[in-house]
Parts: sequence; structure tokens; C-alpha cells
Amino acid sequence: MSKKSLKALAHDLSDSMIQLKVLNRPTADGSEFPQFKEKVANLGFTPFKPVSVDILQVNVGKMCNQVCKHCHVDAGPDRKEIMTKDTMQQILAAVRGAKIKTIDLTGGAPEMNPNFRWFAEELTALGCHIIVRCNLTIILANPKYNDLPQFFKKHKIEVASSLPHFSAKRTDAQRGDGVFEKSIEALQMLNAVGYGKGNPDLVLNLVFNPSGAFLPPDQAGLEKDFKTKLKTEYDIEFDQLFAITNIPISRFLDYLVSTGNYESYMQKLINAFNPATVGEVMCRNTVSIGWDGYLFDCDFNQMLDLKVAAKGQHISEFNLKELEQRNIILNQHCYGCTAGAGSSCGGEIAQ
Amino acid sequence: MDRYYDPKDLPKFGNIKEFSPELGKQFFSYYNDVFKEGALTSREKALIALAVSHAVHCPYCIEAYTEGCLEKGADEAQMMEAVHVAAAIKSGSVLVHGVQMMNKTKEITM
Repeated sequence: MSKKSLKALAHDLSDSMIQLKVLNRPTADGSEFPQFKEKVANLGFTPFKPVSVDILQVNVGKMCNQVCKHCHVDAGPDRKEIMTKDTMQQILAAVRGAKIKTIDLTGGAPEMNPNFRWFAEELTALGCHIIVRCNLTIILANPKYNDLPQFFKKHKIEVASSLPHFSAKRTDAQRGDGVFEKSIEALQMLNAVGYGKGNPDLVLNLVFNPSGAFLPPDQAGLEKDFKTKLKTEYDIEFDQLFAITNIPISRFLDYLVSTGNYESYMQKLINAFNPATVGEVMCRNTVSIGWDGYLFDCDFNQMLDLKVAAKGQHISEFNLKELEQRNIILNQHCYGCTAGAGSSCGGEIAQ
Repeated sequence: MDRYYDPKDLPKFGNIKEFSPELGKQFFSYYNDVFKEGALTSREKALIALAVSHAVHCPYCIEAYTEGCLEKGADEAQMMEAVHVAAAIKSGSVLVHGVQMMNKTKEITM
């Protein structure tokens, strides 16, 4: 398993333009996958518009202590892109002005941003509900992070953490050697301060995504399995499990292409296209902000460098009305959010 | 046609309706109902299907139900145990005929 990002390896697929080319090229037999944009247009979504801007998902940096095989951010210890305090100030001004109540902090490991705690405190002071996408192992990565559970608790931060399986083998295959064991210890630390026990102020949700080129199982059934296994074997509790589909971009795209699974995975996503999910996809109520302050329809468009189709494309030009009226940029990777029961950062989306 | 099994034929399974639309339709309707969540979970059914796929030596079925099991949340240990169940029944079905062999042997030997 590589310990370097695609960018550090100077890999072709670290270039968003090349990723888009792969996503749009004909198949080996010369045929073409149906265009996602046309699929949703046929359902009457033309152009594809948001319904609101309720959530800002903020990527505070690509630096991470892990190098997960499927990471759509291509995050890792070698990534130095980190959001500055100035950009955070601009986000706070936008949040204040637009009265946005939910902020989803992601990365990389968001806690590695030196201003993470300051930013979280400022957002709390504005009355925001914060979700942090915590990879768990960061809590044990360095003594300075050991008190993160207490910090999260103090600010009633909702914790969403990836755990692709309740077995070490499957988790470590995706997230790196030893990650499962450390994740279990971190979950026990979160439980010890009260997380994951049904208290609405101390929510601990787990995020499952498949360790390979297949779709996620039914979320409810899987949650039951995770709850039973983690409780029985490790005395761990959590609130909800979100089952997420792997989106064919960045490192997961590299995995698909290099293992010969790309075309069959795309076909699988297309075959599983579920019209009932289209109105519920997360880009319809979320705006994603990159480490450098640029605005995107979602975290995936951010990684493909597809900035919002609005006049103000940077947080310094944040204009709520304009963003609410924008056309969402669609491409072939969007099939990942509409396959089966659908997929978002909150798991399944089909009603 | 230069071979009997082609992976590209698996997604064409639905085409069997072409030569007999009504029977094909009835088969797929029945097939889909069988695999719905019932007294057995859809994961248990996928694991049974995986075991049977091995027992009947069907490469199409093995491919389909390997993916099917993973997509129902089964793990490698459960899937291999299912294959061992198939193997045990297959080998057991051979060995249990050994009783017939023994009976016959005893019948015709002193």
C-alpha cells in the first residue's frame, strides 16, 4: 500500500483534467456510458438546481496522518495544502451573514489544521452545529491530539468517523496497517466521554464505504451488524451508521483503473441509477469550500476542480442568493451519489 | 463461438426472454421474489446462492454471488464458510455412497 499521495508520486490521475478525461472516455468496445446530465434532464431536472444552502462543508486542508487507498481527496502526510486563518475569517463572515447553521469540517484530518480548534470555537460562538469528519487514528497520532474527545464534547461537535468494517483485515486493507486497532481505541475514548450513547449533544456516527469495487449493503442491516459486533467484541457503542458509495475519482479511480475494475464499476453504478435519489443528493443543500476558499457544489467537484457556476467563486465573494440560484455542475462521477439507495455524507438518501 | 463460457454473457442473462418471452418473464419474476428479504435475510440467501453456485460449478453464478454477497455485507470468512458447506455436502454425497459399496462388497464376499 503506497504511503504517498498520487500528487507526490506525480501520478497522472492527480490531475483533475485527466480524471475527467477517464470519466468521459469511450469504453474498451468503443461504446459510451450514458451521460449523467441527460439522465437527470430526462427526469425533469434541467438545469439541475439547489433547493437551499443549509450546510457548508469546509475542507480545512489535505494533510492527513493516513493514506487511505480510496481517498477522494488524495490526502496524506505529504499534502501541505492547509486553510489559513484569513480564509476561516472569511467563512465566519459568510456564516454570520447567511445565518448558516450547520458546518461540516473535513480534510485530510481536519484536526491537523493548526487553527482547527480556534475555528470550531468561533463557529460554536455563532451557534453553529459542527460535524467533524474525524478519522479516529488522529486522536492517538500525537499526545497533542489525545484530548480531542474532550474538546469535541465541550463544543457538542458531532463526530462522523470512517470504519469500513468490523474486521481488522478489511479496515486495514483500505485505510492502512494498524488503523483498525487504533480506531477501536479511539472509539473507546469517545465512548468514555459519553459519545455514541444516544445523547443528542454527543453524537458519534460511523461511516462505512465498501473496501472494493462494489456497492454498499443496505444501511439498516449493516448498522445492526456493526452495533452487535462492536458491542460484543470491543464494548463500543455508536449512534448511526452511514453507508456511502465510493465515488470514482482520485485514488479510488486509480484503484479501479489499475485493477481493471473501472468499466464494470461504472456500469454497476449506471445500472443501479435510482431516480428516487436525484432530488435528495447533497449538492442540493450544501456548498463545499476548498482549503484555499474556492466554492464547489460538493467535495467531489472540489477534487475535480469544478468550481461553482456563479459569479462569486470564492468565499470572499460569498453571495447566498447567487449560490441558491446557481446551476449545479454535473459529470459522470455523479452516478456514485444516485446508485442504489443513493449516497451522501449522511449515508443513504432514498426516501 | 470459440468458447463455452464468456464473462460478457453474464449481463446478457435477461436476453433469455428473447426466445420465450412469457416463460422468461415468469422466471425472472420468481427469481426476484426468491431473493427478497423474507424468513431468511437477503444476505443469508446470497450466501446460500454462493454455496450452490460452487456446487453446480457455475462461473456466472460464482461471479454474480461473490459480488452479491459483498454488497449484502458478507465478509470473506462467511463466504468461504459457505463454500465449505457446499464442499462438505459434495464430498459427503460421494462418501455416503461408500456405504452402498460396502454393502455390496459384504454381499458378495465371504
